[in-house]
Amino acid sequence: MSPEVALPVIIPFIFGSLSVILYKSNTAQRWLGVIGTGALLVAAMVLLHNTYTHPDGVLIIALGDWPAPFGIVLVSDILGAVMTLMAALIGFAVAIYSLPSISSDHEAFGYYPLMHLLLAGVCGAFLTGDIFNLYVWVEVLLVASFALLILGGERAQMEGAIKYVTLNLLSSIMLLTAVGLTYGMTGTLNMADLVVKLAEVENQGLVTVVSMLYLVAFSIKAAAFPLFFWLPASYHTPPVAISALFAGLLTKVGVYMLYRFFSLLFTQDMGYTHEILLWIGGFTMITGVLGAARYYEIRRILSFHIVSQIGYMFMALALFSPLALAGGIYFIVHNIVTKSNLFLIGGVIYFLRGSHELKQVGGLWRERPWLGLMFLASALSLAGMPPLSGFIGKYMLVRAGVEAESWGIVAVALGVGLLTLYSMVKIWAEAFWKAQPQEYAERAARFERAISERSLAIMCLPIAVLAILAVLLGVGMQPVYEVLIAAAEQMRDPQIYVDAVLGGNQ
Amino acid sequence: MEPLMAFVVGGLFAASIYMMLRRSLVKLVIGLILLSNAANLLIFTVSGMQRGLPPLIAPGDTLPAGGWADPLPQALVLTAIVIGFGVLAFAVVLIHRAYVVVKEDDLEKMRSTDT
Repeated sequence: MSPEVALPVIIPFIFGSLSVILYKSNTAQRWLGVIGTGALLVAAMVLLHNTYTHPDGVLIIALGDWPAPFGIVLVSDILGAVMTLMAALIGFAVAIYSLPSISSDHEAFGYYPLMHLLLAGVCGAFLTGDIFNLYVWVEVLLVASFALLILGGERAQMEGAIKYVTLNLLSSIMLLTAVGLTYGMTGTLNMADLVVKLAEVENQGLVTVVSMLYLVAFSIKAAAFPLFFWLPASYHTPPVAISALFAGLLTKVGVYMLYRFFSLLFTQDMGYTHEILLWIGGFTMITGVLGAARYYEIRRILSFHIVSQIGYMFMALALFSPLALAGGIYFIVHNIVTKSNLFLIGGVIYFLRGSHELKQVGGLWRERPWLGLMFLASALSLAGMPPLSGFIGKYMLVRAGVEAESWGIVAVALGVGLLTLYSMVKIWAEAFWKAQPQEYAERAARFERAISERSLAIMCLPIAVLAILAVLLGVGMQPVYEVLIAAAEQMRDPQIYVDAVLGGNQ
Repeated sequence: MEPLMAFVVGGLFAASIYMMLRRSLVKLVIGLILLSNAANLLIFTVSGMQRGLPPLIAPGDTLPAGGWADPLPQALVLTAIVIGFGVLAFAVVLIHRAYVVVKEDDLEKMRSTDT
């Protein structure tokens, strides 16, 4: 029984409730936002440390003290703990970034309570060991994200939100249907118990059919080909702090659930299911990166790159060797850091120039070389330049692909890496390198006057931390690698998880 | 009873997909309502339908005697109904706001964020 497993869920709920109670004071809400996400970060660090140093590598808390197959358990294995830590990190970074960047209107309409609620849902989804409970957490984070997405109520937000809400609801209900069918087949909802019971199901074909239902539901959430259309239609509409939070966390919840289900539960017909994952991964990479090449709006380019990077995570799961899985988790970690950071930098560019359109901004390298450096660290890392973090992730995946002799996906992964570099260089050349276009100079000057240096410094603080992290993840790879390879070993051996959950309470 | 319910659930899913593929916003929401009800009925059905057999255990036994209705799916459906209701309330408010802001009921004309 490890109470720290429940903390990452409880802390955001407590601070979210407090911010609702103190909704009249924006100052109090801001403090609660920073302190709450900071506490969450500490709790997540403790959780990862305790999970990793535990002999089984799995921590459990049975809620209400009901033993495992009957009650709901929260389970923290290394994968779950790493994901929780990343969620907390991005939550903290965005909370600090929000201080100067979120307008007081948004604050008055409940930005901070919703942010806490979103984090609670994300952490809950990462830590739950029960599939219906997973559905509930997904709904918690979805409702929070719906409200965050339309905060402000502009026309573009409404149009984006309708697509986002419809497709995500469809995916949730597919998840619910799949959960119902799973329960009908096995009579249990506990993931560890399902591992045992699914293997006993007579008609294994039926298990594969249900696994496909999960695959579609999670692929919509993860924005994988061909179900990604809601993402580029909506992610560029809300304020940029919200976009960064979404970009870092929401699709990764879908990916995490795929990692969980297709390593723990549905490995009975890997020739079929994981082959599909491989194809989805390849197409997702290509469509995402080509979509991004078309645009000259920073947030849209980045939105399409979210899609493209999801493909790599699918590829890792499909290859399923220890190296590939460790590479996949590494890639998720790296992607959460760099992608959120690029969105945050996009926001700073907006505050300095008054536009997200690359054609209308420029000259930032001369005026703000530090911002340029932080952008370069994140962007080149995303594109996979050695020795930054993206390179290591891609190297691990490509090497796993070569070892599995899947030459097609290796070629796609390398080519897409090159095109990613193209997009990143496009942003670099347009926003930082070229001179500020004269016809928009007046607006740029107006925006730059409106933003104080102090606000900029506060916004650049989390950006700098994330940029340094993007570099450190690549340069100081070894300790991270050891944690991740342990996570991959756990994923490949469901018995560890099953024994820990079902045997832990005896 | 189960075969009949299977057809009802299938019909509801079909109807909801049809409604969601229409261009009107209102029909989209009707589709979502039907969809969540279809999923709820499905959970109810797949776990086996038993009438008048409460899962009560006689003193001294460890299992209920004979057949019994599984209470867990009913609890699941109850939770799902509550969640579905909340989300649908949001969706209805959203389409109303969208209609007020965009002044359009036609999804075909809400494409400015796509391209």
